Order: sequence, then C-alpha cells, then structure tokens
Amino acid sequence: MTTGEVKLIGAWASPFVMRPRIALNLKSVPYEFLQETFGSKSELLLKSNPAHKKIPVLLHADKPVCESNIIVEYIDETWSSSGPSVLPSHPYDRAMARFWAAYIDEKWFVSLRSFPKAQGEEETKAALAQLEEANAILEKAFIDCSKGKPFFNGDNIGYLDIALGCFLGWLRVTELTGGHKLLDEAKTPSLSKWAERFCNDPAVKPVMPETAKLAEFAKKIFAKPHA
Amino acid sequence: MANEVILLDFWPSMFGMRTRIALREKGVEFEYREEDLRNKSPLLLQMNPVHKKIPVLIHNGKSVNESIIQVQYIDEVWSHKNPLLPSDPYLKAQARFWADFIDKKMDDAQRKVWATKGEEQEAGKKEFIEILKTLETELGDKPYFAGDDFGYVDIALIGYYTWFPAYEKYGNFSIESECPKLIAWAKKCLERETVAKSLPDPEKVIGFVSELRKRFGLE
Repeated sequence: MTTGEVKLIGAWASPFVMRPRIALNLKSVPYEFLQETFGSKSELLLKSNPAHKKIPVLLHADKPVCESNIIVEYIDETWSSSGPSVLPSHPYDRAMARFWAAYIDEKWFVSLRSFPKAQGEEETKAALAQLEEANAILEKAFIDCSKGKPFFNGDNIGYLDIALGCFLGWLRVTELTGGHKLLDEAKTPSLSKWAERFCNDPAVKPVMPETAKLAEFAKKIFAKPHA
Repeated sequence: MANEVILLDFWPSMFGMRTRIALREKGVEFEYREEDLRNKSPLLLQMNPVHKKIPVLIHNGKSVNESIIQVQYIDEVWSHKNPLLPSDPYLKAQARFWADFIDKKMDDAQRKVWATKGEEQEAGKKEFIEILKTLETELGDKPYFAGDDFGYVDIALIGYYTWFPAYEKYGNFSIESECPKLIAWAKKCLERETVAKSLPDPEKVIGFVSELRKRFGLE
C-alpha cells in the first residue's frame, strides 16, 4: 500500500541514512526529511526505534521501519510498480546481494572505520592492509555480480550499489585526512570506475555530501584534545 | 529439473538449525554433511571462502552463505508451500528487523553467559535476559512472532532454545522464571516435526559446551 505520508528520521552526514534516501529517489517518492541534531536523540526517534535508538528510521503513515538495508527492501517492495527494481529478481542474485551487503557492513566498513583510529605506523600499515584485502574481495564481487554491466545490480544502481556506495563520501574524507589512497585505480580498477558512476547517478547526487563539507564535519566530531 | 541440495553444517550450531528447519518446512530433500570445524573440508573452504563458516547451503552446485540469507533464499525458491515470511511489505520488514535484532544481539550475549565468569558473566547474564525480555514483549500473546503462523523470526530464534539448559547450568540461573512466555513459545515450536527433527538434544549441547569450557580453561 503506497498511500500515507513518508518521513525519514536521519542526518545528512550518515551513510546509513543515505541508503533509504537513494531508494526513495529511485522510486520518486517524496518524503519529509527529519534531521536529528548531532549528539542528541529526539523523542520521535527514541519512540520509533526503541530497540536500537538509531537512525535511519522510515515512518510510512507513522509506522516505523528500522535498519537501513531493511528499509531499502521495504521501499522496493512497497513502491514496486514505480521506478527500477532495487533488488535483483532471481533468488540466487538476491542472496548474493544480501550476502555482500552484510559483508560490507560487518567487515569492509569495520576496516574503513579502523583506519583513522590507527595509532602510529605499524597500526596504520595493518589497517591499510586489512582494507586493501577487503577491497580486493569486493573488486571480485563486483565482477561476479555486475556480469559486465556498469553496476552491481546491472544496468541500474540497486541494493548492493547503495549498500557500498553510501560510504564513498566518508572514504574520500578518510583519504584526505589520512593522506593514503584507499580506493586505488591500479589495485581495484572496476570498483574505482563504478564509484565514479555511482556518485554521478541522479538518485545519488542530491544526497551525497560534498567531501569538503563532510571533512569539516569530521574534524568537529572527531576533534582530539590537544596533547 | 532435479534439485540437488547439500547442507554443510555442525550439529550444535543454532545457525545451522535455522537452515535445517527452513528446508524441512518446504519439504526439500537435502543431504546433511557434518563438518569438523577444527578440520574444515575442502568443499567448505571452496564454497565459503570469505568466511569459511557453516552453515553452507549448496543448491545445484552454487553456494548460499549466512543462515538468515539462506532462510530467505529457501523461502523464495520454494515459494509454493509454507511461506516463511509474511507477504505484506510492512509485516515482512518487521520480521526482517527482529531476525536482524536476534543476529546482532544474541550471539555475544549468550557467549558471555557460558564462556566467562565473575563480573563479566554477571553482566552477560543481565544483558542476555534483557534481550530475551525484549523478544518476549515483541511476541506478546501471539502463538508465533508473526501471529498465527510459524515463520521467519521463530526460525531465527528457536535454535538458541537447545542451548538454554547449558546457559542455565553454567550461568546458574533459570531462564523460565524470567521469561515464561518465551519458554512456552519454544515448547510450542518443538511440537512441529520440522523443528523437532532439526534440533539436537539439549543434554548433548551441555556436553559440547562443557568440552568448550575445558578447552578455554574454565573447568
């Protein structure tokens, strides 16, 4: 049932929030974006997601749906007759998309996040090696899933493109501040070209934060006290 | 077209139990192969190179990994019988949410209950009971998590029930006194043949946990 107001509780800088925003754009679904203030949680958020108290939360006719990838599937199924299919149609391809999305959240993103936290040369080298290993795995996954097409999902961006692509803004910021190339055209050529295409997609462009703005925000929230 | 289904599994795994139940709910014939996790088969390493974990579902030579993904796959391939997920997108999203909640929270918490001691164990027990109480509240007075029909969330959770006597023994507490409705739900699930066939004897699980505790130097 597609009727009913759509609201999304989130924040402009959150990659997880970007996922449902891209999906809603793909389906041309208008929504009210309710932005949380960094550092505090609204009553509405706490009431709508008592189990995790996290963004994003989609409110469809005031009924909450939580967890970014679950929200994306919900959007795809609810507005199924509008826009392209976000998930592949074949059960095996769907299973692969879900598998890689879980890998991205549980392994790849954890590797990315540990990179700026690394202290000293040894830790940084180790973090970089871990991320490079994860990138190599995703490079192969892209070749397997895309089957020669421009995106993980084929001709159009889909669930898995969104699951990984939402992190590109933060990846660029980490490259800037760390001074290390994290998505290397030489080591992961397919993924690097895919990243360009993803960021230029009309459903993505309006919601992908500018690297400079994100870098400034990162400086604020990760501000380290002076030694 | 003939369906060849192989399940690489390990008998006490609450994750493997999910896939066993789902296959049986759909009446799918499958070959169960027991893995020795300290000596993983070449097939396991080949079919799940990223995680090298069980369960691994091999359908006509192609592998599907991660138990909760396998359950969805089984539901979508054998869609003609016993739907495991609701058809309504909102109810489906709720089912996915609670299975994901179980996946995110249960594993770490339950491990603290039997694999730690002292303050860490006490904190683990508290966390574990809180998680069960949240699930019990979600269940409410319904026979199953989705309502009248056994399905996805029940499948995601029920395997842990065979580990409850082990948790109670090594955690020195009673789960039933804290969550009686959840215990009643579990017993109802066990009345289903597909579940009863897929779950090991809790006494055997206690023996297995005892061995692990010896290995970790806890006994």
